Amino acid sequence: MSDEYVLSQKFKIKGGDFGKAGRTSTSIKEILKEIGIDPSIVIRASISVYEAEMNVVMYAKKGMVTLSVTPEELHLKLEDEGQGIADIDQAMKEGFSTATHEMREMGFGAGMGLPNIKKNADRFEITSIPGKGTTLDIIFCLNKTGNK
Amino acid sequence: MSTYFHSIRIDTEKCEGRMKCLRVCPTQAIRVRNGKASIIEEKCIDCGECITVCPNSAIVPLTDPFGELTKFRYTAAIPSPALYAQFGREILPEKILSGIKKLGFDSAFDLALTCGEVSFAIQEYLRDYKGPKPLISNACPTVVRLIQVKYPELIDQIIPIELPRELAGREIKKKLSKQLKIEENEIGAFYLTPCPVKMISIKQPAEKGKSFLDGAISIADVYGPLLSAMEGIEKSSYRKALESICILGVGWAMVGGICRTLRLKNSIPVSGLAEIIKVFDDIERGKLRNIDFIEAYSCLQGCVGGSLTVENLYTSNNKILKLIETLEFEQIKACPDIREVRKLYSQNYFLIKGKFEPRPLKPLDTDLAKAIKKRKLKEEIYELLRKIDCGVCGAPTCLAFAEDVVKGDADLTDCIFDLSDNMEEFSQELSDLLNKTLPLNFNRSNIHKSKK
Repeated sequence: MSDEYVLSQKFKIKGGDFGKAGRTSTSIKEILKEIGIDPSIVIRASISVYEAEMNVVMYAKKGMVTLSVTPEELHLKLEDEGQGIADIDQAMKEGFSTATHEMREMGFGAGMGLPNIKKNADRFEITSIPGKGTTLDIIFCLNKTGNK
Repeated sequence: MSTYFHSIRIDTEKCEGRMKCLRVCPTQAIRVRNGKASIIEEKCIDCGECITVCPNSAIVPLTDPFGELTKFRYTAAIPSPALYAQFGREILPEKILSGIKKLGFDSAFDLALTCGEVSFAIQEYLRDYKGPKPLISNACPTVVRLIQVKYPELIDQIIPIELPRELAGREIKKKLSKQLKIEENEIGAFYLTPCPVKMISIKQPAEKGKSFLDGAISIADVYGPLLSAMEGIEKSSYRKALESICILGVGWAMVGGICRTLRLKNSIPVSGLAEIIKVFDDIERGKLRNIDFIEAYSCLQGCVGGSLTVENLYTSNNKILKLIETLEFEQIKACPDIREVRKLYSQNYFLIKGKFEPRPLKPLDTDLAKAIKKRKLKEEIYELLRKIDCGVCGAPTCLAFAEDVVKGDADLTDCIFDLSDNMEEFSQELSDLLNKTLPLNFNRSNIHKSKK
């Protein structure tokens, strides 16, 4: 696939910046609508990236989302620098959360974030180094057959 | 014939291209080219913001003139409850309705009662509903259009309960045709509207059915005559006039009125398009799932803030609020019988006949590979621009201009600034992409001459 058919864009996320949280997912949603991605995929992708974005805001120092779209695949890569996740299996369980009381007050930290991303994505990978950071790969198939 | 009916027209004779509309349009549907404004029909949601700001009154709402009444053997006026908010505290619906009859209508119908029925029907619908939340009120046609155009994924969350004005039109015609022994089409049902957008829901209902109303007359147009007509009408005692007011129904005039009078616990009232967009963005992200009902109106404070009303919107909002408080205090509940409503509800009396269909904006290209390429080019063009959104090119923002260029609707030379030496290269790429030859007149000295 030659480069001209790959849309690639990066978005920075600042840890702790609740005021601007959600902007990245809104921008990504707009781009996907603009290029005509199926609405059902747009909504799954924007929910996933929002959950991931909130994880960065709540737990990391900073993060970067890389959006790449080819005619076959929509790939969202999230890399953050932060505390990382010690036990990924545990973090993937619904209802598990290390959120503080304040975060819960704001409606976050119900322990649904990562499982929700996995549920919405066609493919999902997570790697993490405690003390360093976490990387998520969230992938959606754009050709009809691979769709959920 | 265009695909979409709009309740807004631009009078090109009057338009001087002053660009106020360009900047205020929430969906960036206006372009000013060759000194005249035009509307991109696909993007317009009929909110009416442009009507209000135009200094030349060149943008006109399309409502019906009074003369329309003569086309029918019998006419019924159905005023929006927002009309009740246009007059002082002492003037209650009873007097207003008598005044309307003196204007030449054969009857004037108190829509608040039907609004009350629909409030109950909404409550029933909310109770049985199991799908994704929150549900969104369909009372404001602009909000419904906004969802169809910009939030097509939320379309199934619009409440499919028929609007009070439509139900009233339907029932009035049914009843009167029997009573007067005339055909239903000989009866003209006219809505007295606080905003032009109601007109589109009459001429082109979002759910593609047929409207039961025959037209909409602007509240601003009837205000003066009505004020004179009400002079000399003997009013019954204040208390007696109060007793005929349905508290559930008058709430429909202002944002939050439905939630307040029904005492819906998990509901959010929101008004103003910019605020609605924020709330809808949150819904799309999967937030607000714990909210049952969103009462959204594109005009600030709801229908009392409509562009065809007369009274200051905060004053009229306050009148409704005080009226509700008085009715609550006096414990007056001149409302429909809920058992009767439940019976009708179970017979699908309230359900809309059609279905809301999305009408998403066209993507940059129907072919994904090409759309990606155009999107990249758009980004590159945007990077060339000054990003000051001056609007001189005729597009509201530099980003919108970049999009117009890759869609082939605008030319790079429309920008008044020196873009860069890459212009020719871009133009070549563009003409390849759009499969057309552009007028290659990119010698910059030429461009500037033509601008001056």
